[in-house]
Amino acid sequence: MAKTVVVGLSGGVDSSVAALLLKEQGYNVIGLYMNNWEEQDECGHCTGEEDWGDVRRVANKIGIPYYSVNFAKEYMDRVFSYFLKEYNAGRTPNPDVLCNREIKFKDFKEKAFELGAEYIATGHYCDILHEDGKHYLLKAKDQNKDQTYFLNQLSQSQLNKVLFPLGKLEKSEVRAIAEKNGLATAKKKDSTGICFIGERNFRNFLQTYIPAKRGQIKTYDGKVLGEHLGLMYYTIGQRRGLNIGGQKGDDGSRWFVIEKDLKNNILYVAHGEEDRLYSDGLIASTINWIPEVPTKKEFDCTAKFRYRQPEQKCRVKITGDTVYVEFYEKQRAITEGQFAVFYQGEKCIGGGVIEKAIFKK
Amino acid sequence: MIKLPIYFDNAATTPVDKRVLEKMTPYFTEIFGNPNSQHVFGRESVKAVDNARDTIAGIINAKPNEIYFTSGGTEGDNWALRGVANAYKDRGKHIIISPIEHAAMIETAKALVKEGFTVDFMKVDGEGFVDLEHLKSIIRDDTIFVGCMMANNEVGTIEPIKEIAAIAHEKNAVCFTDAVQAAGVLDIDVKDLGVDLMSMSSHKIYGPKGVGALYIRNGLRISSIIAGGHQERMKRGGTTNVAGVVGFSEAFKIANEEREKNFNYVSSLRNHFIDRVINEVPFVKLNGPDKDKRDKYRLPANADFSFRYIEGESILFSLDLAGIAVSSGSACSSGSLEPSHVLLALGLPEGLAHGSIRFSFGKHNTMEEVDYAVDEIKKAVERLRAMSPLFKIEGDKKYV
Repeated sequence: MAKTVVVGLSGGVDSSVAALLLKEQGYNVIGLYMNNWEEQDECGHCTGEEDWGDVRRVANKIGIPYYSVNFAKEYMDRVFSYFLKEYNAGRTPNPDVLCNREIKFKDFKEKAFELGAEYIATGHYCDILHEDGKHYLLKAKDQNKDQTYFLNQLSQSQLNKVLFPLGKLEKSEVRAIAEKNGLATAKKKDSTGICFIGERNFRNFLQTYIPAKRGQIKTYDGKVLGEHLGLMYYTIGQRRGLNIGGQKGDDGSRWFVIEKDLKNNILYVAHGEEDRLYSDGLIASTINWIPEVPTKKEFDCTAKFRYRQPEQKCRVKITGDTVYVEFYEKQRAITEGQFAVFYQGEKCIGGGVIEKAIFKK
Repeated sequence: MIKLPIYFDNAATTPVDKRVLEKMTPYFTEIFGNPNSQHVFGRESVKAVDNARDTIAGIINAKPNEIYFTSGGTEGDNWALRGVANAYKDRGKHIIISPIEHAAMIETAKALVKEGFTVDFMKVDGEGFVDLEHLKSIIRDDTIFVGCMMANNEVGTIEPIKEIAAIAHEKNAVCFTDAVQAAGVLDIDVKDLGVDLMSMSSHKIYGPKGVGALYIRNGLRISSIIAGGHQERMKRGGTTNVAGVVGFSEAFKIANEEREKNFNYVSSLRNHFIDRVINEVPFVKLNGPDKDKRDKYRLPANADFSFRYIEGESILFSLDLAGIAVSSGSACSSGSLEPSHVLLALGLPEGLAHGSIRFSFGKHNTMEEVDYAVDEIKKAVERLRAMSPLFKIEGDKKYV
């Protein structure tokens, strides 16, 4: 009898094609849509309704049963609360990494197994190798789309019984398959940014949850250049949106954020040489290793410190619960709260939350 | 061999009876006139609408001019509450409804609160029966509207509408009942009950969707909520859904003629189902009226169970995959977190309210289907409980 696989359908083209491919491979496929965020937009429409409509159209086209489940409470408790906590602490969190660890590969997976699933599948661009009882997370063939960064926190039990049907496909191929099969999502725009914010103005969104405290924008020499709208809106290295234009530095170069002083609510800016943005290493915590803790406590590998970045060569030193990552080449604007994700060849071997950048004198 | 899928969600909607469909068919293509038109086409159509009105009025002991066709139960509920609130607001702004009303009532009531009305809820007991003494204690001189459904859609409780109407009228309040689940199933006499308004729906009794009626007692003041043409004696604009109205009246007529037969047959399926589930599935709770009241005080089609330690949704999905269609709480398209407001009003803790499944049987179901379903329920429940951490902690203890 065909094996049952439950596919997470989001209403986007990727998960639609994932479901289609599995069906073509002979699996008994069930679609499951997750509603994690309950909110009405300015016109009173439920924001998830359009995606759910596309899920229905796609599932009917492929000919699979589909259901909808609601994890809004779990998402609020375990992902969004973390998101707010991190912003309150002046950091820049990555809720999508948490959503995978806390919802998609937890509650969603449990629900899928309740439905009788032997596997779950998602439309992530990445691949997986189940070998000798271990589960290796591999990069996607489409390097531009590779999403292993977002999956770096998954444990072995979370990666067990998982399929990633898009691992060996380019995005363009995925769209072509969707179009050829007449899937309603074939030409749907990719979602961008953080899922629950969508296309909305980020500042306005954040402001409804965290009161913005205005403060001074200063240089290290104590010169006040203007007013910031709330430290949470800025990240280290940011140049745009400072609104202190016209006050170019002596050399005519642009200002950038160099430090967020949470205690005194001051945004420090600098201009000219960016030296002070370039760090030599970082400390990361909340480390997850795939498939297991490396036997060597010190080794070379590559790493990404934000999603859209080519891998950088580095040396990892494991000390207890944290790692020290030493860069071979200085890195610009390492951002606290984002993830450092490690790679060896095609394998994603884990990652952790960036606690702070290290500058050598 | 049993034919799948099996439909046990007859309280959500029912298939159109073939005899009903036959009656309706000519009104799509042959007799298509606008019933308001002053020509032969119009006269043919209006004749059918008049006949339908006469038929429906006759069944509930109303006069034909007390029957107003609507788009269904939700419109009837909206119209009754909003229409009375509007027409009587000079006399008072106090409204009483039961806490187990359909969302059509509850949401309308909420909207009226924003417009300055006050809404109080009558109490219901653990089986869903309205506490009449409580109603007497909260009704006031400025109460203009008392509304309670005749039979609850989720747990099947049949309410003492006659007594409620008497209490309402003592204070000169208008009494409304939502008979969407009851019309065609129970013997209804609006004059005997003493209600002023009663909403009905066609698709719950093997008629087409999108049509229903509101009984409005002659002499009652009520505002319109749909402005438009002169239809329905100027109270409800919109070209009459002629085929729908014909279908509704035929469905109601058949339901009335076969009421006793269907009541007994569907009850026997339901009773067998309840007995088997209670005897064969551990840790279940029958929601709504107790087992010994089921023949008199529970809709014949209804059985609502909570399965401890598992979510209703999980059972719903598992049964669907096994070819059995049931309902968990109230239907919501993209998944809702809210446990059923009806079960919460009955005092169920959230866990049990989340674990509820409504089985509603119909005249097309068979005893074989019921037995097949019970067997599948046992399998699903056992499998899901084996995966439930809560069951591992608490369930095992209770087995010992």
